[in-house]
Order: sequence, then C-alpha cells, then structure tokens
Amino acid sequence: MHVPDGFFTAAVSVSTGVVAAAGVAVCLRGARRELDDRTAPMAGLVAAFIFAVQMLNFPVAAGTSGHLLGGALAAILVGPYTGVLCMAVVLLVQALFFADGGLTALGVNITLMGLVTVLVGWAVFRAVTRVARGKGAITVASFLAALLSVPASALAFTVLFWLGGTAPIDVASVAAAMGGVHVLIGIGEGLITAVTVGTVLAVRPDLVYGYRGLAPALVLRGAEGSVTVGDAPAPARSGGAGPFLLGGLGVTLILASVVSYFASSHPDGLEYVAEQQGFIDRATDHLLASWGLAEYGEVKGVPLWIVGIVGVGITLLIASGLAYAARRRATADT
Amino acid sequence: MGTHHQLYRPGDSVVHRLPPQCKLVAVFAFAIVVVATPRERMWAFGLYAVLLGVVAALARVPLPYILRRLVIEVPFVLFAFLIPVIGLGERTTVLGVSLSVPGLWAAWNILAKATLGVVASILLAATTEPRTLLLGAQRLRVPTLLVQIAMFMLRYMDVIVDEMRRMRVARESRGFEARNVRHIPVVARSAGALFIRSYERGERVHLAMLSRGYTGQLPVLQEMSASARQWLVAAALPAAAAAVLGIAL
Amino acid sequence: MKSLEVSRLAYAYPDGTQALFGVDLVIERGERVALLGPNGAGKTTLVMHLNGILTPGHGTVAVAGTPVRKDTLKQVRQRVGLVFQDPDDQLFMPTVRDDVAFGPANMGVRGEELERRVKDALERVGMLEAIDRPPHHLSFGQRRRVAVATVLAMEPEILVLDEPSSNLDPAARRELAEILRSLDVTLLMVTHDLPYALELCERSLILSDGVIAADGPTRELLADAELLARHRLELPYGFAIPAPGA
Repeated sequence: MHVPDGFFTAAVSVSTGVVAAAGVAVCLRGARRELDDRTAPMAGLVAAFIFAVQMLNFPVAAGTSGHLLGGALAAILVGPYTGVLCMAVVLLVQALFFADGGLTALGVNITLMGLVTVLVGWAVFRAVTRVARGKGAITVASFLAALLSVPASALAFTVLFWLGGTAPIDVASVAAAMGGVHVLIGIGEGLITAVTVGTVLAVRPDLVYGYRGLAPALVLRGAEGSVTVGDAPAPARSGGAGPFLLGGLGVTLILASVVSYFASSHPDGLEYVAEQQGFIDRATDHLLASWGLAEYGEVKGVPLWIVGIVGVGITLLIASGLAYAARRRATADT
Repeated sequence: MGTHHQLYRPGDSVVHRLPPQCKLVAVFAFAIVVVATPRERMWAFGLYAVLLGVVAALARVPLPYILRRLVIEVPFVLFAFLIPVIGLGERTTVLGVSLSVPGLWAAWNILAKATLGVVASILLAATTEPRTLLLGAQRLRVPTLLVQIAMFMLRYMDVIVDEMRRMRVARESRGFEARNVRHIPVVARSAGALFIRSYERGERVHLAMLSRGYTGQLPVLQEMSASARQWLVAAALPAAAAAVLGIAL
Repeated sequence: MKSLEVSRLAYAYPDGTQALFGVDLVIERGERVALLGPNGAGKTTLVMHLNGILTPGHGTVAVAGTPVRKDTLKQVRQRVGLVFQDPDDQLFMPTVRDDVAFGPANMGVRGEELERRVKDALERVGMLEAIDRPPHHLSFGQRRRVAVATVLAMEPEILVLDEPSSNLDPAARRELAEILRSLDVTLLMVTHDLPYALELCERSLILSDGVIAADGPTRELLADAELLARHRLELPYGFAIPAPGA
C-alpha cells in the first residue's frame, strides 16, 4: 500500500505532509505522557514489531493475499499516540532504508496508514468497549476496529486520489470497488488483530493498553457477603480520545480546504479537457493542472470545496461522532 | 510487502562521503522537481533518468542491483495499469480495449515519476549508512524523539524479524502451513507472543539504559556538519534536474 | 573497604508476591563472589536492588559506603556495573562505539576522555577491532564481551554479571572467563553454572527462598552435596569436588 512518488499532485503531497507533521507532533507529546522516559525504547521496539508483522501475509480470496497494516493493532496494544508514532516511524524507515514509499509521498502514507488507521481503529475500539466490558468484548472490539480501519484507509486514499490524484476517476465506483476489496482484506486484518490482542490479553493483560481500566472491579468475600472494592481502575484515557480526534478533524479540514482550493482554481469543468483535446501547451497551465483536478470545478452542481471538506473529512467525522457518542455514554454511566 | 533486507552498500565514493543531510535534501528536492514536471514532456523524464544514471555510476551502484530493488513498485504499477480502464474523459481503443486518454496519461505519469522516485531513494539508501542517515534527518530538524525511536527500531528490527522466523520454523516443523483463512488464528497467536517478547525486551532495554545512567536524554555523541562545498556537490543533482524542468516549462 | 553491603533487604512486588525476606551480605573490595541459587530464588530481584532499579521495601543497600537512595542514584549507577543476561538488551545503540560510550556520556564525559574510555574498555575485553560495527553483526560471545565493555567504560566499583556463561559455546565461555579473571574489579556473578563459579570465584553465596542460605569458600559449598540438593543446585554429570581435607 505504500504510495510512491507521482501518484498525487504536489498540492496533496504538501498538504498531507502538513497533516502528517501536525499529527505526529501531537502524538510526540501524547506519547511522552503515556510512556515518559521509556518512549524511545518502547516505541522503537513496538515499531520493530509492527514492521515484522507487516511481513505476515494472509490469504484473502481467490489466490490473492493481503498483508497486515497494523495501525489498529498498534493503537489497541500501545495506545493511539504511541500507535501513530510507531506507524510513522515504520513508514519513515521503509521510505528511507528500503525505498518503499516515495519521499514526497511520505505525508500521504503517514496520513493514510498511520493517522487514519489508528484514529478509526481506536475510535471503533473505544466505542465498542464503552458498551461492553470484559475480555470477550475486547476481542470483538479489536476485530471490528481492525476490520473498519482498512477500508477507511482505502476510502481516504480514493477520496484523496479523486481530489488530488493525477487522473480523473469516477469516485463513486472506484470507492465502491476499493471499499469492497478492502473489506475483504479488513477481515483478515481483523482476525489477526483480534487473535493477537486475545493472545496478549490471556498472558499479559497489563500490556494491552486498550484493556487498562476495563478489567472488572475487585471483589472481597467475607462474613458480610461479597464486597466490591472501589471502582475499576481509571480507564486508559490517554488524555481522552476527544482532543486527539478533534485535532485530527481540524487538520483534515485544513487539508480538504487546501486541496479544494487548488482543485477549484481552474473551474471550467470537463469541457475544458474535451476542448483542449488532451494536452495543454502553456507551461503555467501545466503546473496548474498538475496542482490538482483542475478540470473539475464542481460535482453535480456542488462547489468542489464543499465536496472536498465533506469527502476527505467523512471518515474522521464518523470516527469523531463515534468517540463523542462513546464519551457521552461514559458520562451518563458515572 | 517488501523485503526487509537493507539497501546499504558500503563503499567509499564521492556519493558515499557526502554528509547524509545533504543527500537527503538533494534527493527530496530531486523528487519534487520530478513530481512537478508536466507529464507530456517525456524527454525530460529521460534526462532525469540519465542524471540518476550518472549518480549511480559515481556511487558505483550496479544497475542490476537497482533493478532488483525496483520490484517494490509492483503493487502500484498494477494500480497504474487500472487507471486507464476506470478513468473518465475521452476514450480511445487499444487492442480492442476501451481506455481513457487522461487515464493513460495518468498511468504514464505515475510510472515515470514513481520509478524515478524509487531509484533516487534506492541510491540514497544504498550509499548512506542507516544510522548516519537518521543523524542527518536529525540535523534537518526531524524531532529528536522520532529519530531515537527510529534508531531503536533499526537496532531491533532484525532481532524481532529473526524471532518471528524462528516461530514460523517451529510451526512448520510441526507440519503447519498457513494456506487459508482458517489458519490465520495460528499465525496471529505467534504475533501475540511476538508482541509480548518485543514489549518485554523494550522494558529490559529501558532497565539496561537506566543502569547506565539514562535520565531521559540520549547523549549527543556526533555532530554531523556539512561544508558549503559538500552542499554544493549535493545540490548538483536537483540543480541539474531543475534546469531540465526550466526548459520543459 | 566494602564494595557492597546489603542488610536486612526485603522486597515484595506490587502484586504482593514477596521475593526477598531479609538478605544480608557484604563484599569486600577486590573480591570475586558467586551468587548461586535455583530459578525463582530472587537472584534477579536482588540484582535489581544493587543499582536502585528496585527500591527496597525494607533494609538498606550501600555501594562503596554510599547508600542507594533516590538522591544518590547517579553515583550508584556509575559504581555498579550491571551486565544483563541477554546482550541484545544491553547493546541498544547502533554501533559498538556508541554503545560503550553511552554510560560515560551520561556521566558527562565527552571528547578525548570519552574516546579513551571507550577504547580502553574494548581493549580489556579484546573487542577493539569491532568498534565501528553494529552489535547485531557480532557473534553471541562477542556481544557478551562488548556488554561487559559497556559497563567497564563507566569504571565501576563493582561488576555484577547475570548468568555470564549462558548460551556460550565452550571456547567463548573460556575466553570470557579469562577476561573476567584479568579484570581488576570487585565482581559479583549471579549464576547456576556451578563449575563456572568454581573456576572464577573463591567465595560463593547461596540465595534460596529470598534469604542467604550459605556463605563460604566456593569449593567447600560445592563439595557439600546435601547442601546443594537442599537448594536445588546440581553439579553437571561426572563433575565431583572432593570435600576439603578429604
């Protein structure tokens, strides 16, 4: 899935680079809170682990195989902040030392495979575990989180490509196709993630970040019957998923606006391509064309900047909504 | 996906000797120039390839070595071939298949730019020792913590991949082979065990660091400085590319 | 002068499991002492107290007269050189040079003095030629020697080794023994490799069930078959030590 150079226009590369840098900066602070002076060695080892499990291929269907992305897995095992850092470092190392993923596409790759998978995975996981407690719920939540994180990443890719890719596509049908294939891959990702989390949970439940605080409260048995001691330990809040998701949403909106701005700066639509019979000769037009889907000023009468914001933001909006609902629920519980 | 064999080839060429931060900036700038080039200027991409060829010759990185590493591109090449089929706009017929003209251009665009980008990255990775490459990134203001995490990852990557291999050998020597979906749980259980091992090793490494006086800051042992002349040498590649781009526009 | 003094040391893990039940021991400067004990006796827990990674639940630890406390951690960690069982845990930097330099650099040593310490430490374990290599390209025995060097570079008062002979082939085992014998430092070696203890240490302690169960010349302890059996220690097949004076 590592996007090479040339897939996206410079505008998308730059804006996703900004998004990725902002996301990583937030997570550097968050991870420091989660791990303090253990951040460097622990995140480094987990990154190496993610790198290793990404080499696990699993059969999908009809002779094709997928490989693990690991974003949701990282989020559940070590928390969302550290999870994003690990994914970002894995992608950085792959780009620098293995020429896997273009240098100019590093922002795209970190956004799609680091931020989106971790955000969506973590949001789904939290939403499910708010509703149900216990180890069984963790397994189900891990499965769903990983399952959804994959098509979410693929859809984000599709929308990015539609907005700022280098070819005009019919976004609806491509999204449907991409989504469909990646739901299949997501099932594999979900299974591996669920069983992996389940295995760790059985042996070292204390290591599963997402399980902290979800353990049932202690019970004392005595003459006067069973007494529950206190509440379960405070949930792993990581400063709450709220700020994390809000931050994600913020940068998404910026990204969407920037991309759309460039895309709509050449608003005369499909006819333009037809008229020009393909190539544009003047250099400035070339640059503009390569800035984005300059040919598409609007989609079915809706100005592109709106479509852009809605389009790119939709995944994260859903995630934020889930997290918000989950938080409301939690507040109602106490 | 991808091989986990590192690309670095020790050597003592002009390219090898350049400070890592200069090379990083040069390759990055080169990739940007390539990405910004209009796809209709096919000859420009040819010239970029020649430029990379010169660098490869200076660095004494053999062509077959580069070609073998290009395999990494394959999944996206497949995607690129799909674009003309699913693309919109004016269509043309090639060998009885109706293809989108803008889609064809897009496919060419991706193939050319991605290949040049990958080759430039391969040359960077092949001529720069991983550790110094990270120190170079640190010089370029990549956050220290991120660089440190990458350092630890680099150090323990092989250790953990080896552990994973041993687990697979253990599985296979007992007659197990992952063939279909039902086998996923078996593989995943080893992944769980691998995570516990990795995490516990992380804790032990942290203890070993504490034992030697770690207080949350890794000591800075090496200052990588680059002279103006080295920056100039490194700038030759993106400058030449930019000149090509200038003509192309 | 006492290199190490532990008195009435007791410790329970956060989950409530008690591992140490009042450990007393004194090691004089220049001594080479083996700490023997079966698995689960509390050896590693004891070692973790020596440089303040764990804080005693009761009792005290003092290194060269300095009590191990939060405010003395820095000095203590400089004086107690801990060599971990798995050298991969200890060699975490990208090159041997960086790794050996890590400890002294944390102590504020820089420049030529740092370079001298690194080279000197590697020289003493016979690994100077590996200075620029990444640790994971070395053999297991070489890695363990470099691990010893990382600690020697801190010029410690006492060297504490956790299972130094584990996973070594006979040649590497002998080479390490020669190196350890050539070092002029106080040495505490945690092991259940009894012949290795006999080879290197004139004195041994047996830690069993969280207390020191025996303390004496290694030869005498190892000749006492009944004592060894009581603490689940066994000499290798065919290996026998005649009782002193017999």
